[in-house]
Amino acid sequence: MVYFLIFVSAIFVNNVVLSQFLGICPFLGVSKKIDTALGMGAAVTFVLVLATIITYLLQMLLDKFGLGFLQTIVFILVIAALVQMIEIILKKISPSLYQALGVFLPLITTNCCILGVAILVANSTYSLPEGASYGLWTGTWFAFCTAIGFALALVLFAGLREQIELSDTPKAMKGTPIALLTAGLLAMAFMGFSGVV
Amino acid sequence: MANKALTTFTNGFLKENPTIVLVLGMCPTLATTTSAVNGMSMGLATTFVLLCSNIVISLLKNLIPDKVRIPAFIVVIATFVTIVQLCMQAYLPALYESLGLFIPLIVVNCIVLGRAEAFAAKNPVGLSALDGLGMGLGFTCSLTVLGMIREILGTGKVFSFTLFPDDFGALVFVLAPGAFIALAYMMALAGKLTKK
Repeated sequence: MVYFLIFVSAIFVNNVVLSQFLGICPFLGVSKKIDTALGMGAAVTFVLVLATIITYLLQMLLDKFGLGFLQTIVFILVIAALVQMIEIILKKISPSLYQALGVFLPLITTNCCILGVAILVANSTYSLPEGASYGLWTGTWFAFCTAIGFALALVLFAGLREQIELSDTPKAMKGTPIALLTAGLLAMAFMGFSGVV
Repeated sequence: MANKALTTFTNGFLKENPTIVLVLGMCPTLATTTSAVNGMSMGLATTFVLLCSNIVISLLKNLIPDKVRIPAFIVVIATFVTIVQLCMQAYLPALYESLGLFIPLIVVNCIVLGRAEAFAAKNPVGLSALDGLGMGLGFTCSLTVLGMIREILGTGKVFSFTLFPDDFGALVFVLAPGAFIALAYMMALAGKLTKK
């Protein structure tokens, strides 16, 4: 039951892009077409779940030796290494998937979403519904649902942007400004979910 | 020489302003501008990291092998971010609480890695320092302006100075949607003004 609540809250109520502002750069950059949005969403899901598990275990190790202040450095290096490794493995195992994800994989290293969620889970500072306890499994499930929320926001936004391309926008608003305005309205819509969980 | 220094420094303010022109570093821009003070502090923290990492990377640029370039840059940047984190936690705890998760996220701020890669790795120390400072201060200016707009429209105060009575504010501007909307209009206005 708790897992279902985390599912709803991470995807809708506290959507990672639209209410927590993590992952805005790819949100604005990659969402011009629905296919690319889906690709990015898939890549982020993959990397985020793996990164959360590894960094959570690493945090336990760091705390044991009193090296908590090294969190930022260690986490970002782990994420960079993980992305690099996934690229190499994917190239060997499934070249078609590698081609499909293409240029998005290296971009994920600087995605605030990954480091942000990793830190949230490692420090147990993410919001959980009542009755849930922090731990590796809730953390990993939270990361997975967050990534799905990211993919959802991205795909919705891509759909909206594809439509905007076809309409008549004032010249000053063309491009990023109208996209941001749309994102604002989308964020407003998602605010309607607050209080559900 | 002095001319190039001046151009490098003022580059980050208008011509290549990270927020409005380059559209980089959006996450902290939208998340930390709930008030002018928060925006300014975030900008200053990022400026510090930009300045220091640009200097160090420019000093080390000939020693770092090309293949491990990016991880090396990331380690340098992460070190300075950790310094900022610890200093803020010790000396400015209230600010540390309100900026929260976004202080360690300076490490993945596209501006910092972007400038390290695009400028500091290819230019001497003096120019790199000026570039870091200029970009950082340009970023700080846009964050402060956006923070001021959101704070005034949202609560009627600016820097905790009450300009309008409490019920003037439209709360939406302090919340998530308002960030997007305020930034959208700021960019549109800036684009319109610079095109003329």
